Amino acid sequence: MKMMLKTTVSLSVLLLTASAAFADCGIAKGSVRILSNDFEALRVIETATQDCVAAGVTVTANATAEHKNLQVPALTINPAEYTVAMVANNSIVPLLNDDLIRPLDDLVAKYGQDLQPNQLIKIDGKIMAIAFMGNSQHLFYRKDILEKAGIAKAPTSYEDVLAAAKAIKDAGIMDYPLAASDKPGWDLAAEFVNTYLGTGGDFFAPGSAELAIDNANGQKTLEIMKAMTAYMNPDYLTFDANELNKVWDAGQVAMMNQWGSLAGAAVDPATVPADIVSNTVFAAAPTIAGGTTPAAALWWDGFTIAKNISDEDAEASFQAMMHGISPATIAANPNAATWLVKGYTPGPAAVGVIATANGGARAYPMQPYMGLLHTALSTELAEFIAGKEDATQALADVKAAYDTAAKEGGFL
Amino acid sequence: MPHKTFFAFILPSLIAMVLFIALPIVSVVVQSFYVEHSRVLVEVENCQPFGGCTKEVRVDSAATAALKKEQPLGQFNGFGTYLNRGHLAVAEIGQIISTSKGFGDAVARIYNLPFYKALAFTLVFCFVVTPLAMALGFAIALGVNALPKIVKGPTIFFSLLPMIITPLVGSLILFWMINPQGIIGATIQHIFNDPTLSLRASPALTWASLLFYGVWTNAPFSFVVFYAGLQTVPGDTLESAMIDGASRWERIRYVIIPHLAPLATFVALVQLMDNFRVFEPIVGFSAEANATSLSWLIYNDLSGDTQLFGSAGATSVLTIAGVIVLLMPVLVRTWREFNRKVI
Repeated sequence: MKMMLKTTVSLSVLLLTASAAFADCGIAKGSVRILSNDFEALRVIETATQDCVAAGVTVTANATAEHKNLQVPALTINPAEYTVAMVANNSIVPLLNDDLIRPLDDLVAKYGQDLQPNQLIKIDGKIMAIAFMGNSQHLFYRKDILEKAGIAKAPTSYEDVLAAAKAIKDAGIMDYPLAASDKPGWDLAAEFVNTYLGTGGDFFAPGSAELAIDNANGQKTLEIMKAMTAYMNPDYLTFDANELNKVWDAGQVAMMNQWGSLAGAAVDPATVPADIVSNTVFAAAPTIAGGTTPAAALWWDGFTIAKNISDEDAEASFQAMMHGISPATIAANPNAATWLVKGYTPGPAAVGVIATANGGARAYPMQPYMGLLHTALSTELAEFIAGKEDATQALADVKAAYDTAAKEGGFL
Repeated sequence: MPHKTFFAFILPSLIAMVLFIALPIVSVVVQSFYVEHSRVLVEVENCQPFGGCTKEVRVDSAATAALKKEQPLGQFNGFGTYLNRGHLAVAEIGQIISTSKGFGDAVARIYNLPFYKALAFTLVFCFVVTPLAMALGFAIALGVNALPKIVKGPTIFFSLLPMIITPLVGSLILFWMINPQGIIGATIQHIFNDPTLSLRASPALTWASLLFYGVWTNAPFSFVVFYAGLQTVPGDTLESAMIDGASRWERIRYVIIPHLAPLATFVALVQLMDNFRVFEPIVGFSAEANATSLSWLIYNDLSGDTQLFGSAGATSVLTIAGVIVLLMPVLVRTWREFNRKVI
């Protein structure tokens, strides 16, 4: 079914863009080689760039979940294996650290007439990446279950979520009304980062790599994360984001924080029972401890152009990507993502991300040592979330692990 | 065989071993003594779609590249990486011993250090799985050997299946089966009449599932080797044992097991080495919260946004050291036997 859906989508993309296929991308000559993560929205863009294939112009794309491991070695060699690397807040950092991508100011001036100002990722005044979509984790809830439990007001804070979960459990409607991607590893660390951002705290001391999460905000974050697990399936330690959609579609969960990019799939009428589809509501990520900002990191996905390639290939790549994220391509695929592109009108699956962004949620930090903190969180919080360790010990462990790694990484 | 002929025979594989095993190990050892250069950090203006422009820290890539060019391996750190918290944690252990409130507390706090946590599971996996898998493999070999010829082929094929299946796929299959909605998970909940019982949630049961998987996947190797060995058991010795009135068990105990003992040493050697590198089932079972291994630590160091090659190198060297320590008794014995034969 999924396969068929994919085929249908890509076929319709082909058909819709067929008229544009003969519209010249304006590329004289060059080779476009794209490396990206593997999800629907990026495949839409890559399919559209195929229109640019012409005499002397080749376009190839490698969409793989292993892109993060490939990008640094592949862009280090000269000429680089890929001319375009699609990145997000976190994955652009290794490329910046090693100086592997080129400033795009000239190309934007020449070909960027369709871009909006907020799409330009500027670092030290230079445009280093072009963002085309936003993403974040946000609240999914089942309005029928909440109604049945007598909850009139939609939950907007973690305190509301916990109260609603208690009401649902006490009413005997569901044993495990909550779910979160608490699987130790990337997912668990992301969960901490989201919640901590909602407290308004900063991860590092200003201007340095010194960790600053061992405080009341860190304690509060862990307290909430722990309190949530009381209402989760006992297997919560093995749940990642993909697993969350499965339990959601099986109707086993009433509230969860899940990725906006998976919202469309969670209410896909082709695979999900109709009563779950019609009762699923997307809302901003909950706030925490009386705060006002949604507790979720905002992510952007964008593209960068490699440094170690000829100017001709760089120009061709930029033009092909501009065609890939052109308003026409996006208008044909409004539900594939929460686009940042001009002329995009958000579909029903995008409301959660937009509400989270409008609520003033903060972006996932781009500090060069954030990746080390993410790794430290991903291993050291495991025992805490499994209930084998207290919050103070967990925060001390995270700090010890981060300090060790940051020293090895040359940041401390 | 004279030593010279032996050397000539082994030369081609010796060259390959030096090129593809020894040299990479040397490179890993060298890498483990280095850490990254201290990065030159600068504060720059940073603009993005959400939150507008802010001042954020960046790596000054030009300055860092200059440092890198001067010393491409990084900063020399000696045994620093080996002794830090991520590895042997010497300072932390000293502190734990001097401040601990008793033996149990000290053990619990040492177990909280990543390297020792991983080492504990790795060793348990090695010493539980190896003998059990060998015993199971031997039992299967005896059973198959007694079967009529016509069913032998298919039985051997099915007995080998766990080894044929890719470890990651095999562990995923078992992982899905122990899911509370899976066949094993649901059955266990039904037997114990406890809907919250989950093999994936409790650390002890996770370890048990991983060990069970280890035995399941390792038994076929022992089976194949022991089955081959059984074909070489001298028939007349067995016959005379039968004439002397030995029961089946006595024949196994006094004829077959002594005959297969050298093979068992070989199997134990290979299996210990294999099991010390346990990795796939931890990923397949999503067991990172309850069980990690040395190989998993290496994987974890190399799979973040920032890769720590020095740290991964140090863990690799410690893994090699661990394998050598484990194999020492067997190696010493083989060496002695070899010397005896030559003399």
